[in-house]
Amino acid sequence: MLSLNNIEVVYDGVILVLRGVSLAAEEGRITTLLGANGAGKTTTLKAISGLLQAERGEVTKGRVELDGERLDRLLPHEIVRRGVCQVFEGRRVFENLTAEENLQAGAHTRRDRGGIREDLERVYETFPALRERRRQPAGYLSGGEQQMLVIGRALMAAPKVMLLDEPSLGLAPLLVEEIFRILQRLRDERGLTMLLVEQNAALALDIADYGYVMESGRIVLDGPASALRQNSDIKEFYLGLNEAGARKSYRDLKHYKRRKRWLS
Amino acid sequence: MPDVSWRFVSILLANGVLVGSMYALVALGFVLIYKATDAINFAQGEFVMFGGFLAAATADMAGLPWWAGVLAAICGMIALAFCLERVVLRPLLGRPIIAVIMATIGLASVLRGTAVLAFGTGVQSISLPVGSSPFHLGPLVLPPIEIVGAGVSLVFLAAFAWFFLKSRLGVAMRAVADSQQVAMAMGINVRRYFALAWALGGVVSALGGVLWGAMLAVDNQLALVGLKVFPVIILGGLDSILGAVVGGLVVGVAENLSAGFLDPLVGGGTKDFVPFVLMIAVLMVRPEGMFGRRRIERV
Ligand SMILES: Nc1ncnc2c1ncn2[C@@H]1O[C@H](COP(=O)(O)OP(=O)(O)O)[C@@H](O)[C@H]1O
Ligand SMILES: [Mg+2]
Repeated sequence: MLSLNNIEVVYDGVILVLRGVSLAAEEGRITTLLGANGAGKTTTLKAISGLLQAERGEVTKGRVELDGERLDRLLPHEIVRRGVCQVFEGRRVFENLTAEENLQAGAHTRRDRGGIREDLERVYETFPALRERRRQPAGYLSGGEQQMLVIGRALMAAPKVMLLDEPSLGLAPLLVEEIFRILQRLRDERGLTMLLVEQNAALALDIADYGYVMESGRIVLDGPASALRQNSDIKEFYLGLNEAGARKSYRDLKHYKRRKRWLS
Repeated sequence: MPDVSWRFVSILLANGVLVGSMYALVALGFVLIYKATDAINFAQGEFVMFGGFLAAATADMAGLPWWAGVLAAICGMIALAFCLERVVLRPLLGRPIIAVIMATIGLASVLRGTAVLAFGTGVQSISLPVGSSPFHLGPLVLPPIEIVGAGVSLVFLAAFAWFFLKSRLGVAMRAVADSQQVAMAMGINVRRYFALAWALGGVVSALGGVLWGAMLAVDNQLALVGLKVFPVIILGGLDSILGAVVGGLVVGVAENLSAGFLDPLVGGGTKDFVPFVLMIAVLMVRPEGMFGRRRIERV
């Protein structure tokens, strides 16, 4: 299980972006982290993967743990070795490498050649389109193929936990559906643990087991995905407007159930 | 052109190709470092000079065999490049490119100065086990040191190409060159690859120093070989290994043709600037060079 306990993140030494975030991604489950643009979702993922350090960001409080082992303070490559792999938003392929070289780069932390070869085969079975394009520079792949490639590349690291940042962004609805079906299969068939960041709440809650809602660097609501799906506020929140047409914040809602502090 | 002798032309061309592949080797050091770390190393020529000095000092002054000199140059340059990366370049990571350029220009002067302090101002020589009687190949008469130099250069260029294209480390290094942030997210220790790029730059410089030193002699002037790196990489493309090879050959050939045809007309000296005329022309017509990377645009 991956857990964040009361994480605080500061950029540039002064900009406080996460204000005490606690959440857990249970093993073999899809946990989704929802929230509007700028809420701090990407920052949360980078706090886990250690990639904040390269952006003058810092975890100033709290702990990140994977199966009881502390991850914050480790370097990014050490965190990948522990089994946590982040898939950036925006389909960040290595453009000048071929699709297959991208996948090889994903397995960089591994030395078991046999296992790598098997996993490569598995990725091609999961994403047959990639097999056909394996000799192409990844920069020339279509948006959908690139999204498959970055997920496949993360799978090549044989992660215990995969962190996905808005995989639906900028893709046609049919493609998004296909990719989400594959995420579901990765959970059901391989028991992969995923933390899925999305702005598209309806979609994410459809496949997730548990969900958190984030606003201005805080978790403001959480619950089983089935419960969140029924929650009228979620619907309203994601429409972004109330009936009067004004933007509404979760904190303004009277019947907003204050989230129980996780682990306290 | 009146009575051009084909034999004369083919000698110029052959010479150009041989010398050009030695330029390519030196340019490779520059390209490796630029590709992997985005640093423009203006001290490449001084690296070559330092490598030459190390080889000459070990073999000539300490009286050890030639291969000990080569080994000393390679090890010494790896160590030097490694230290410079750690002490000078790493703290400049993420700073504007001009800071890195100025730092390497400063480094160039420091290396020239310390070479004089360490090895003296005299001219030294590197003697490789290569005969001095010219080599006859059909109509061509070629200096054997050039043939050996070109052979060694081509072998190493091929080895580096294989390393970059096929090996696990090479794929990781290209991934770092492509996007440092994403490489980090895939568990690639980016700093280690920066150090590796500089170390490989050191190896290439040592080899260049030995070969050019054996051909020309070893003194401060050896650093001038590094100047020719600029037309080579601008022609070929700053970040292309293939470009370094082709650019090297073009510069070598252009130099020899101008020495053969233009110098007699104007009384000499064109050889030294013709490659730079080419460079400026390429900058105006195709700034990314023949094989340089353009950003991939998707529709
Ligand atoms: N490198 C950075 N330096 C300073 N502020 C940042 C940086 N990255 C993100 N932020 C700020 O942190 C907040 C949260 O950003 P982010 O985590 O990207 O949100 P989300 O992914 O939910 O859209 C935003 O206000 C953003 O401006
Ligand atoms: Mg984001």
